[in-house]
Amino acid sequence: MSPASRSSAGSDAMAIADNLKAVLLSVLMLVATLGIWELATPNSQSSGELSEYELMTGGGGQQARVPPPSAVIEKAVSELSKPFYDNGPNDKGIGIQIGYSLYRVLTGYFLAALVAIPIGFLIGMSPLMYKALDPFIQVLRPISPLAWMPLALFIIQDSQASAIFVIFICSIWPMLINTAFGVAGVRKDWVNVARTHQLSPLKTAFLVILPAAAPTIVTGMRISIGIAWLVIVAAEMLVGGTGIGYYVWNEWNNLDLTSVIFSILMIGVVGMLLDAAFGQLQKAVRFQE
Amino acid sequence: MSRSFIEVSQLAKRFPGPKDGQPLTVFENADFTIKRGEFVCIIGHSGCGKSTIMNILAGLDEPTEGGIIMDGKEISGPSLERGVVFQNYSLLPWLSALKNVMFGVRARHPQWTRAQVYEHSQKFLGLVGLTGGAEHRKPAQLSGGMRQRVSIARAFAIQPKLLLLDEPFGALDALTRGTIQDELTRIWSSSEQTVFMITHDVDEAILLADRILLMTNGPYARIAESVVVDIPRPRQRGEIIHDPGYYKIRNHLVDFLTNRSKKLSGSQSDGSTNSPITVRPALDEVQSDGRPTSPRPLVSVAV
Repeated sequence: MSPASRSSAGSDAMAIADNLKAVLLSVLMLVATLGIWELATPNSQSSGELSEYELMTGGGGQQARVPPPSAVIEKAVSELSKPFYDNGPNDKGIGIQIGYSLYRVLTGYFLAALVAIPIGFLIGMSPLMYKALDPFIQVLRPISPLAWMPLALFIIQDSQASAIFVIFICSIWPMLINTAFGVAGVRKDWVNVARTHQLSPLKTAFLVILPAAAPTIVTGMRISIGIAWLVIVAAEMLVGGTGIGYYVWNEWNNLDLTSVIFSILMIGVVGMLLDAAFGQLQKAVRFQE
Repeated sequence: MSRSFIEVSQLAKRFPGPKDGQPLTVFENADFTIKRGEFVCIIGHSGCGKSTIMNILAGLDEPTEGGIIMDGKEISGPSLERGVVFQNYSLLPWLSALKNVMFGVRARHPQWTRAQVYEHSQKFLGLVGLTGGAEHRKPAQLSGGMRQRVSIARAFAIQPKLLLLDEPFGALDALTRGTIQDELTRIWSSSEQTVFMITHDVDEAILLADRILLMTNGPYARIAESVVVDIPRPRQRGEIIHDPGYYKIRNHLVDFLTNRSKKLSGSQSDGSTNSPITVRPALDEVQSDGRPTSPRPLVSVAV
């Protein structure tokens, strides 16, 4: 074995050992946090059967308490074992609620992509269009997406479509700005390659500029999906009816804190998965100069 | 042949000067011709506008005055008739070496099937010695020499009427440069391709070129001389230095670059000596200090 390969094998082994340590440490921190949380939560004095009232008020105590993690885990197991049940408007499985949220997020998000990426291309290619559109972008971009909600409800007259519109409007900016930035930054050499090969403008856009700008564009898409997932929770709390945001608020109204904590965790997990998907996409379009 | 393959006439590039000032003239009165199948090198100091002349030939830049006629047609805009090899390779980094070549071939022959494009690309990658797996690597995973080979393969694969090389070996180490120069000579001699090449390297120019154009320093740069390399082909790197004409040509070029390019710079020509004077140092009597007795024009390249 040559010294080089030995040292690389050594560093590989060290990386694996480091990863293992990190996993152990994560598990340790989780167990410690849950343990402290569990111990800090006084047991509900369940002496025999509880009345309906006692159940609703957390075991008949004078104050509602934050549930212990064991209760949350129990809730998670029961919810996730039948995620798609539907017992009417106020009692739907977590899978259905997340499904509604994802549907709104993805619809608004892809509509935004359809608008933002072509306009971003235009702005990136034409300094004139950049200057002309810049003031609008600068004014519209900092508006909280939820500020559009009343106007959207009035004009669209449909709460579902209004929520999608809010997602649309909040996803558009990172994608638009990153696309413009990526397209404007395509190296002149590569554009010259397209020119010396007499590519049509359309072919130049798809064969040279799009792949060259793709890493920047996908970064914008990743930022956008993150923002869209943040905003949908707030939007659904406002419009109500269905979705994970509505679910959180509804369970708060039911004073079911176990479900509130469970759904908060679910929001985090789904957000992480969305981000990971775009992380994969980013990896796929990345290139080394 | 009554007309040359390429005729460059009265070419000038000027940039607008500072307010109310004279425009900044990079070069002017550039007049020269290139014959079909000829290998022409152009040498000059940085800033004399060599690259601008090349970009105008490629159609990527426009002259302020004058024009270029290739094969009876005026050059306007880039075209697949003129292939370019840039100094920084200009490969598309997200495509493999093979796909970079296929990109060019597909642009040249849109009606070809995938198999035809593939076969043609492989053939030219084979000519520059990039086979056996290396062609599937991305440019970032290739050395500088290999990248320039891909770039040369891409340019040759589209079989342009004129091949433009912008200091193609400038960024390579001396050993790699030698190997690729040999490969370029080999491919060129079997293809009868017309080549116009920018270089800073005097020895490289003598090894490769039929004729070397010498530019004076900018601003107001112009093409002062056209030096004919009277050394028989095929030329070998190791043997060429023993040719009696080699050092005569070399001394002439070095003398021009170190002394006369500066003296001749900034002088606006009177308009009568537009065409560069043709010099054949290898056929001249040479004095002991290495300078030719007189850079006398044997043939004036009249338009």
